[in-house]
Amino acid sequence: MTQTTPAAEPAALTGAPAQQRLPAWRLLAANPLTLASAIVLAVIVLLALLGPFISPYGINEIDVSRQLQPPSAAHWFGTDDLGRDILSRVLHAIGISLLIAVCAVTFAFLVGVAFGTVAGYAGGIVDMVISRVTDVLFAFPVLLLALAIVAIFQPGLVTTVVAIGIVYTPIFARIARGSALSVRSSPFVQVSQTMGTPARTILLRHVLPNITGPLIVQTSLSLAFAILSEAALSFLGLGIQPPTPSLGGMLFAAQGFLAQAWWMSVFPGVTILVTALAFNLIGDGLRDVLDPRQRSLIEARRSR
Amino acid sequence: MTAPILRVDELTVSIGRHDIVRGVSFAVEAGGTLGIVGESGSGKSMTVLAATGLIDAPGRRVGGSSLLAGADGTPIQLVDAPPKRLRSVHGDRVGFVFQDPSTSLNPLLTIGRQIAEPLEVHRRMTRRQAAARAVELLEAVGIPNPADRVDAYPHQLSGGQRQRAMIAIALACDPALLVADEPTTALDVTTQAQIIELVRALQHNRGTAVVWISHDLGVIGQVADEVTVLRAGRAVEQRPILDVYERPHDAYTKELLAARPRVVAGAGPTPVAGAEPLLEVRQLDVRFSISTPTGRRQIHAVDDVSFTVRRGTTTAIVGESGSGKSTVANVLTRLVEPRSGSATLGGRDVLHGPRADRRRIAMVFQDPFASLDPRRTVGDTVEEPLRVHGLAGDSTGRRARVEELLGLVDLDPGLRTRYPHELSGGQRQRVSIARALALEPELVILDEATASLDVSIQKRVLALLRRLQERSGLTFLFIAHDLAIVQEMSHDVVVMQHGRVVESAPAPELFADPREDYTRRLLEAVPPELPRAARAEW
Repeated sequence: MTQTTPAAEPAALTGAPAQQRLPAWRLLAANPLTLASAIVLAVIVLLALLGPFISPYGINEIDVSRQLQPPSAAHWFGTDDLGRDILSRVLHAIGISLLIAVCAVTFAFLVGVAFGTVAGYAGGIVDMVISRVTDVLFAFPVLLLALAIVAIFQPGLVTTVVAIGIVYTPIFARIARGSALSVRSSPFVQVSQTMGTPARTILLRHVLPNITGPLIVQTSLSLAFAILSEAALSFLGLGIQPPTPSLGGMLFAAQGFLAQAWWMSVFPGVTILVTALAFNLIGDGLRDVLDPRQRSLIEARRSR
Repeated sequence: MTAPILRVDELTVSIGRHDIVRGVSFAVEAGGTLGIVGESGSGKSMTVLAATGLIDAPGRRVGGSSLLAGADGTPIQLVDAPPKRLRSVHGDRVGFVFQDPSTSLNPLLTIGRQIAEPLEVHRRMTRRQAAARAVELLEAVGIPNPADRVDAYPHQLSGGQRQRAMIAIALACDPALLVADEPTTALDVTTQAQIIELVRALQHNRGTAVVWISHDLGVIGQVADEVTVLRAGRAVEQRPILDVYERPHDAYTKELLAARPRVVAGAGPTPVAGAEPLLEVRQLDVRFSISTPTGRRQIHAVDDVSFTVRRGTTTAIVGESGSGKSTVANVLTRLVEPRSGSATLGGRDVLHGPRADRRRIAMVFQDPFASLDPRRTVGDTVEEPLRVHGLAGDSTGRRARVEELLGLVDLDPGLRTRYPHELSGGQRQRVSIARALALEPELVILDEATASLDVSIQKRVLALLRRLQERSGLTFLFIAHDLAIVQEMSHDVVVMQHGRVVESAPAPELFADPREDYTRRLLEAVPPELPRAARAEW
């Protein structure tokens, strides 16, 4: 976190030499839950990157003689109905899940923030059109819309990214619009307008930097949900296509063996859980540190 | 001598490693008023909040003692008191009035309900009894038609009426002590004068002890018997108000005395004869349409306003909030589209025209906290107009110009890399002025540019503006509600009320012989030069 936080107590208030506010990341690190989830997430990302090199078996190395083996020294997470090593497949699948989540959320962020800030800043008819389109997109249940998009195109990695990305775009658009709306009426933007600064420059120099707080929080939360959405799509057979391993796909395959092979569903399931939880907790931690309302509450108490 | 209502001894407050209040003692007797003066950050609010047990800051440590006379005469210790004891005292023995009446009332409850609340809690009154009492209280604080207004919501009242309602709440239980923390700072001068009168009258009738906090020694002079001057958490001077006014001991007290806004005969800038007109505004008319639950309504914000600003001089537009004076500024800077009328600057239209023309008028806004982008450094902020209009050449040229501008407003060029939150209010306003000057404008509009600063800092910023005008022949349009600072700054004055120009005259003439009632009212509202105590003796 490199961003500076706005409106600290003026140094004069405490009568002490310039007292700088703690940087946001220090506050984050002070929260043990956030710190733990950051470490977990770092480990997950590392595993995803190293997956192809450290996995003990090939992802599609079929060995029917060793099918449905419980976890053991040779197969830490056991094997599936075709004798494939689940650990290797999970390691590979994390990478794909993260890739899809990051790409989809990046897409949603870029498109959503662009439309949202323009709508919030411009107001009037532009705002109305963009907001109504956002509302329509919002009205669809997330998964249903994703299903429709995947059904129209060929299922696959790119389609999954596009589907999740489109579904998440209105969330970013709405947040960016709301924040831009409040920044637009602030005096420092008005000053800039009176100087004749072009709208484009005001958007880039004043509006965007001042709405990063809520957007960063939403990004990390959306990453968690994107991973869940990808798992759900793959579970329904509309995301990543077998034999490429995916966490959702592995859960689907495990469905038929719930009674005989608990490890087939538990390990991919726990992976989804841990990853989504880590993103969520980091998002919560970020929100506590960056939410202007929480901050001003603390500040109001201090300045009394 | 009666026993004091509140007796505070060696009060200390520290938050974290910072000492906010370093041993302050004072006492208030029944019917007496203690004024606490100091600039922001001097710890005056903290002192009173800690003394009344209202302080609510994480990690604070409060020491010393604060004894409040109980109903039966036994003193109650308020420092480190358990919440239950504090609850029984707050609202009952101690009433509070805070600075901003628009945020200290609950917008969802009627005024009557909010006055009734302490009565029901502390006096065990029934709803009906409390409601009847609420009407009496509203009448006592001078709200017209109290029987109707008791059912009004805060947003239906004006700022002054809201503050009156706050006072009604504070006085509901006939408290022995009234704490007023900058109760008039957010109000117009005329309203301020009324609130001061009101509190004095109520105090006289009820024998309430009052602790009045302000940054303006002029206001304190109107209300207080005793003054405590706080600086950096210490009381530098603690004496009766007359002594302080006549023989201030401390250098800081002298500074505060000199800084208080007042109208002095013959004061003001040296007149500029024969200056040609620069800005000419003719028949300006602005209407806003607003949607209310009862349909769309038109507000006639500016109605047939014409005036002229002469080159190299300052013209002030004066009026209370809602008089349309800021709307005029917004029209000139093209934030608001007028319905009709014209404005020319040096003969050229300013209401229409290319973007490059907009650098001809620069504006400094009221709020030094909100008018700087919190995520841009000071240098960045001052550089923005240079960049937008392609002034001062390349990046090294711009940097040199930024440092020059910062020097011009008496800021250390080293502040270039700082962020606004690291600066004080006065420093921020200087940055705003530097940014306005960067445009090399023909006209600078100062929209209440010093209204949210402490009087001592306001004094210095005004001096800076005057010096800039003398040195570089700047033309100012100075928008304010306080006639005292207007007199200090202006060559010509335009008085506005309800969107119309009421009176417009050269400043010396207007101050010597105001023609309109409204102007006279504004003039009378400025705290006079001598404290009330001095005049009472005459």
